[in-house]
Amino acid sequence: MSQENKIGSKFYRWIDERVQLANLRKFMAKKAVPQHRHSLWYYFGGMTLFLFLVQVGTGILLTLYYRPSAEEAYESVQFIMTEVKFGWLIRSIHSWSANLLIAAMFIHLFSVYFLKSYRRPRELTWLSGMFLFVLVLAFGFSGYLLPWNELSFFATKVGTEIAGVLPVVGKFTLHLLRGGDDVTGATLSRFYGFHIAILPGIATMILTIHLLLVQRLGMSVPRGVEKELERTKKPLKEVPFFPNFLLHDLLGWYVALAALAALAALMPWELGKKADPFSSAPAGIRPEWYFVYMFQTLKFIPAKILGMDGEVLGIFGFGLGGLFLFLVPFLDREPLAGRRTALFTGIGVFIVVYILTLTFVGYRV
Amino acid sequence: MQTFLKFLRGFTEGVVLLGLLFGTLGAQEKPNTCLECHSMLEGSLQIPPQKWNADIHKTKGLGCADCHGGDPTQMDDQKAMNRAKGFVGAPQGAALVQMCGKCHSDAAFMKKYNPSLRVDQVSEYFTSVHGKRLKTGDQNVATCISCHGVHEIRPVSDPRARVYPTNVADTCGACHSNDKLMAPYKIKTHQKEEYQLSVHYEALMKKGDLSAPTCNSCHGNHGAAPPGVGSVTNVCGQCHSVFADLFNKSPHKAAFNQMGLPACVYCHGNHGIKHPEDTLLGVDDKTLCSQCHTSGDPGFQQAQTMRQAIDQLKNSIASSEAVLSEAEHKGMEVSQPVYDLIEARQDLTKARTQVHAFNAASLQVFVQAGLNITHRATEKGHQALAEYQFRRKGLAISLVVILIVIVGLYFKIRQVDRRSNGE
Repeated sequence: MSQENKIGSKFYRWIDERVQLANLRKFMAKKAVPQHRHSLWYYFGGMTLFLFLVQVGTGILLTLYYRPSAEEAYESVQFIMTEVKFGWLIRSIHSWSANLLIAAMFIHLFSVYFLKSYRRPRELTWLSGMFLFVLVLAFGFSGYLLPWNELSFFATKVGTEIAGVLPVVGKFTLHLLRGGDDVTGATLSRFYGFHIAILPGIATMILTIHLLLVQRLGMSVPRGVEKELERTKKPLKEVPFFPNFLLHDLLGWYVALAALAALAALMPWELGKKADPFSSAPAGIRPEWYFVYMFQTLKFIPAKILGMDGEVLGIFGFGLGGLFLFLVPFLDREPLAGRRTALFTGIGVFIVVYILTLTFVGYRV
Repeated sequence: MQTFLKFLRGFTEGVVLLGLLFGTLGAQEKPNTCLECHSMLEGSLQIPPQKWNADIHKTKGLGCADCHGGDPTQMDDQKAMNRAKGFVGAPQGAALVQMCGKCHSDAAFMKKYNPSLRVDQVSEYFTSVHGKRLKTGDQNVATCISCHGVHEIRPVSDPRARVYPTNVADTCGACHSNDKLMAPYKIKTHQKEEYQLSVHYEALMKKGDLSAPTCNSCHGNHGAAPPGVGSVTNVCGQCHSVFADLFNKSPHKAAFNQMGLPACVYCHGNHGIKHPEDTLLGVDDKTLCSQCHTSGDPGFQQAQTMRQAIDQLKNSIASSEAVLSEAEHKGMEVSQPVYDLIEARQDLTKARTQVHAFNAASLQVFVQAGLNITHRATEKGHQALAEYQFRRKGLAISLVVILIVIVGLYFKIRQVDRRSNGE
């Protein structure tokens, strides 16, 4: 044994004595991941996690220069983009990664939905994932305002206005989000607080629970694969988590990293014009792409439906849709086979087609 | 027929009397038989009551008799329009001016309705070409009602008023564009047409800038007259004060006076003033300067230098814009130098203004200030483009590194998968 190995094993023993690494090694060596024709979808969870970590890293770096006030926010982002060494890269990666993160999360959510991985005993994993989905959307909404440019200012104004039309809690929600009647510097500092303290705190907690549940329960095997194995009486094929699955995951992360680097360098995220609260909203104002289907629905919905406010009904509809997704493990009680399962697959297909169509229409109109 | 007319007259008087009775009991308004009768007449005589409701005088509580005299309480037309009771009918010419002036020249009276309204319109009118000719007995000239209308007089702030800024050209043009009316005075009738092609008309009518000049801004309103040659700079200088100031201090002032040339108008024209172009300045055949200055004289030299300096700044701004636009198009952040160029454009405007001092040295100060900005902006643009190239190279290198890692990972995965499968 060489001198270096001696030092290495001594250091390992020292650590092992204190944190009992042997148990962890044993767990890792034993842990296996099922391998079948739908295994590809497993990687989107890992990719979402990777992009979330990129957001944490680049976000921390941006806070070193960003100043959350109506007077300085735009200028500080401008400073980051022009004067800070590689500031342009960090800001562009943060913006692109946010979009890729949401895209990856949509894919992860619907792949889990269609494979019915939410079925017993993984209801809590689904619920925690849904909470993370809402949190990531909130991250997107709050972060969009921070550069304090014209588009983000008016998109936030419209977005918070929509929350304000809710019956009973509308006005309270509007004031809570804006910190007053209008979108002002108070809104900006509030959104900054949400974006870098409140949301990350809650997200870290729920993410930990989500990951622990995934570790505890393992990966779900789609029911179709299970039935096929039962029929052919073949054993389930598995690969060790470490290093096989982790290396596959790592490969996916590197592909995402390459895409991020290319996007950030070739299509730097624009800063736009500084927000002017006294100017009129520019034409064609619309929120970020992941909210466009909601925005477009509210634009299409008639002002009054059966004497009720159309916008309120629209928001109520989205609320019901969200609640349905949250509760799907409890509604779809027989996900193993049968008509009921086909119904839930149909609803899922409808939701995906609806989101894609309305988003497409939103960009065409 | 006669009987029928008698019946009609009796019936009318009855209706009017009843109307007066109920009107007096009801609204407590001043009795006004003029409107009652005129509304039942035919032709031009029935027009006054039709228009009267929109008249400013009506809204201020005045009646027909306040201008025309007579007794509006009388049903009998002979008594109502009795000259002994001050009835003046429809006066024309000087009598009309005096009739309007009876109130409008009375400061104490006008104060009751509008304390800020001027009361010198009549005296000013008699200083105008219209007023002077009226005094000589010319009854065809414009008087108060020619511009303000009659029985439907609206305040100048009312967009429907004939004297509202956007309507003034049409009001003046009603006579001044009429060849038949202007022929005896040998006055040309093309002014309105020319004005409608001018930069002033565009500002007033297309951009809605009510401060933009129309006929009365230069000619005056009540005292309307063409500005004399010597006072043109004063007239234009009301708005273009910096230009007028520079011109008055320039060597051109004395030269133009000596030659009897109207200052601003000589270069820019009068009614059809176009947006000035840089091509007016310089020494080639199409420029204005070359009409008087010839090669070798100091003015020729000044004109040449000024044009070169302005072109230099203009070209420099254009090249800065091109570089920054390219950088912007490539996604680089150059909003600060783009913003700085606004100041360079302002310097170009100041330099163009300075042309009116006809002194190349004073113009050069602004040109140089603008050039300093454009040079910095162009440099920033080039830096941004260089940075873009650096990023592309950096990306290529980092992608190669990432690709090598991906390939390495791929082989490693194959190795561990084979090992796991017991190969």
